[in-house]
Amino acid sequence: MSEPEPEVKTIHVEALARVEGEGALRVRLRGDKVEDVQLEIYEPPRFFEALLAGRSWLEAPDITARICGICPVAYQMSAVHALEQVAGVEVDGQLGALRRLLYCGEWIESHALHVFMLHAPDFFGCADAIELAKTQRVWVEKGLRIRRAGNAILALLGGRAIHPINVRVGGFYRTPTRAELEPLVPQLTGARDEALESLEWLSGLDFPEVEGDWELVALVHPDEYPMIRGRLGSTHGLDLHVDDFEEHLIEAHVEHSTALHATLAGRGPYLTGPLARFALNHERLGPLAADAARRAGLRGPTRNPFRSILVRMVEVVQALDDALGVIAGYVQPPRPHLDPAPRAGIGRAATEAPRGTLLHRYELDAAGTILTARIMPPTSQNQPSIEADLVRVVEAFAGELDDAALTWRCEQAVRNHDPCISCATHFLKLELERLP
Amino acid sequence: MSDRPKLAVWKFASCDGCQLSVLDTEELLLLAERVEISHFLEVTRAVVAGPYDISIVEGSVTTAHDAERIREIRASSRALITVGACATAGGIQALRNFGDVEEYRRVVYARPDWIETLATSTAIAEHVTVDYELRGCPVTTRQLEEVLGAFLAGRRPAIPAYSACVPCKRQGTVCVTVAHGTPCLGPITQAGCGTICPKYTRGCYGCFGPSESPNTAALAAQAQELGVERPELVRLLRSFNADAEAFREESKRHE
Ligand code: SF4
Repeated sequence: MSEPEPEVKTIHVEALARVEGEGALRVRLRGDKVEDVQLEIYEPPRFFEALLAGRSWLEAPDITARICGICPVAYQMSAVHALEQVAGVEVDGQLGALRRLLYCGEWIESHALHVFMLHAPDFFGCADAIELAKTQRVWVEKGLRIRRAGNAILALLGGRAIHPINVRVGGFYRTPTRAELEPLVPQLTGARDEALESLEWLSGLDFPEVEGDWELVALVHPDEYPMIRGRLGSTHGLDLHVDDFEEHLIEAHVEHSTALHATLAGRGPYLTGPLARFALNHERLGPLAADAARRAGLRGPTRNPFRSILVRMVEVVQALDDALGVIAGYVQPPRPHLDPAPRAGIGRAATEAPRGTLLHRYELDAAGTILTARIMPPTSQNQPSIEADLVRVVEAFAGELDDAALTWRCEQAVRNHDPCISCATHFLKLELERLP
Repeated sequence: MSDRPKLAVWKFASCDGCQLSVLDTEELLLLAERVEISHFLEVTRAVVAGPYDISIVEGSVTTAHDAERIREIRASSRALITVGACATAGGIQALRNFGDVEEYRRVVYARPDWIETLATSTAIAEHVTVDYELRGCPVTTRQLEEVLGAFLAGRRPAIPAYSACVPCKRQGTVCVTVAHGTPCLGPITQAGCGTICPKYTRGCYGCFGPSESPNTAALAAQAQELGVERPELVRLLRSFNADAEAFREESKRHE
């Protein structure tokens, strides 16, 4: 390695903490100008697309769940919807509502984990939630209770919080009775109150001023805040049927770890996740979440990535409210699942994982054996935009912050997007790239 | 400086699910009162240098770099506990052990030559001495608490190695094989999950790995009587604990 020129400064965070999975980041700065930025991923590849080939379609939800222990339901939901599309069946009515309930559980636990345990400590200059609890214990405890409420949904409906066992192509293995769901109501109601209070608390934080110019991409549905259904829309006029995603969302495998570039064909990098969902769908929030968002100062879309913590909390309120709505209207369906027959064909689906849009495509033979699979997790889509954010953050704060503070601010800029590196990694190049 | 035992949590090839169970163990705040969390990147940016009293390892070894890293971790740990199917049996990613990793590389990556990986995904115990292996995909917080508690108290963890059928029967759960003819790995799978699958009227898929002295041949014969064809039987035995010895050897007999 050659000696850097004297005015060149390198910020290197060896092991990025408080993200799901393991990654590192590297920024090279000349004066106040960023010369190079790399979000390095050193998660080893697990080859999910390859190991799915030859498996039965009925196994896909359980296998793909293992891509991510924080958002297994997202994988299960994208998988079953893509597979049901091949079979030509649609799971709706009460079974569809139960799927939304399960997904709400995951949004609640995943967002609460990120907001209180991973993201909030940054705003208080704390290394972690344990240190944060020394001064903000009541809020950390509220966060843990909210997370437990999400986990309670997953455990009851899914069998367990991590890698639920009850999701099946066609519906569920077993559906709960009304009486079994009822006990969730007080816990979810309490969590919803605490989420509203927490949002107020969070809205008082100091947010560094910086704005991203990303194209924001999310599912858009005319009737609901999107989770499972909708078309792919964007702030720049994208309007796609999910079936057409492969022609428009392009992935390139290029050499160095930052360079798995998911881009919009002919347009460039884009961002999925809470900021995108909120920007495109805030008008379809329920009244409670919409009002809470307004009171938290989110009068419309925000492009400040640090404020994503507020948007996540709004989505927690929405998910808790939604979950209570599903339970209130629940009537146990006559059968736990439809019995779709396998047939040869290709199916695609997108759902909104807590971190952003998760796309699956499967090709099956007539017996239901998976021939090929393709999975586009949100973090691999977001990576180019996260790097663009790092450039903006470094250029905005390099003048006023010392090295240690700037390094921390960079880590925070990555955590703003709650990257799930375990998910993204099976697409990424893994050697650490050294600076020249 | 604190006189609490130093706890470190390490990640190898995995989904983070088992680490998440550590985080949920008796709630993080209480855990932090009993141990000094010295290295746990998913939770904290504060890192305390080793040696560590207890290291918890999630994930399997799939790269040359990781094979080296686990040796370093072993060297700086008094006790090393592996958690989950990835760390104890290679995980779902060990399916490559039965196939051709070159093919895997080509399927997933446009430029397979840029991907550094070993041909196999292996359990941590194949690389270093392990003091305790906790099963599950994922492990349960309850068993994790027992293991941590035992190590902190200097006793052996009380984790039964008998089959999932034992608690299933004890709880009076309807047997899915007897009642519905559903193939179930319960008879050869270690207990510990709470026998969730039969309670949700589905067969066990073996995510806790083989029980002690499992009669895999009898299970295979029974599954075939129920109409399970050989390719399906092989798949059934080869999932999250595909490379655990008893499952692996039985699966090979039906290839
Ligand atoms: S054993 Fe299962 S839950 Fe644990 S890390 Fe591996 S894939 Fe995730």
